[in-house]
Amino acid sequence: MSRRDMFAVVFFSIVCMFFIFSALLMHPFGSPDETDMDDMIIKNTQRETGANNGVTSVVFDYRGFDTLGEATILFTAVAGVVLLFRRMKET
Amino acid sequence: MSEMSKIVRTIAAIVFPFIMIYGLYVIAHGHLTPGGGFQGGAIVASACALLLVAYGSMWTMRRIGEKRLSVFESIGAFFFIALALLGLFFGAVFFNNFLAGSSFLFGDIPMVGSNTGDMNTGGVLPLMNFAVGIKVVAGLFVIILVMAYASNHMEKKRGEKQG
Repeated sequence: MSRRDMFAVVFFSIVCMFFIFSALLMHPFGSPDETDMDDMIIKNTQRETGANNGVTSVVFDYRGFDTLGEATILFTAVAGVVLLFRRMKET
Repeated sequence: MSEMSKIVRTIAAIVFPFIMIYGLYVIAHGHLTPGGGFQGGAIVASACALLLVAYGSMWTMRRIGEKRLSVFESIGAFFFIALALLGLFFGAVFFNNFLAGSSFLFGDIPMVGSNTGDMNTGGVLPLMNFAVGIKVVAGLFVIILVMAYASNHMEKKRGEKQG
């Protein structure tokens, strides 16, 4: 076993131990943390935004900035792809 | 990608409007049923990708063109940000839902709890769904279209060099 293999084994076991410990510390399945935020959103979403779909009201109303960031990412990707392949069309 | 056989083209032309209607339904009912602008936009863009696969990138590029799609993408982004800024003017904060509760477009408030669902609810959410839907359709399709066209172009160039 070379030194590089030893290093790989040690590194791999450390990472595995990290994952196993964090898996043991997880919540039991089906019982998440109780937070006030989700109760508030579930109770008030129909009255405040008027939408039946709570997910849409979170995405476009309560967390609108996040959607703006997603839209900006898509815009940047399109601009990059069109710029990159523009010369392909001319030549 | 070059043109596929006549069978594939006919089936694609038959299936295309149904996928289109389903995607537009998901966008339009984003505030009532699961889905929304992003998901419905992805469905409509995949319908356009079906056309691209069946009819070839040359035909699609000649029919649609990537410049027009870029314009649509920018229009969607512009309407999205404009609606958010209108919330700043009419309400108090950025992304304020200023139409909800008013007696204007999409202004009704539904009964709290489970109900049958009314299209005329949701405030700015349906409008934002439409804006994001246009944006996602144009954005995803222009990426696929330009890449397919470029790969077709490269293949043709390589063939010319060898032959």
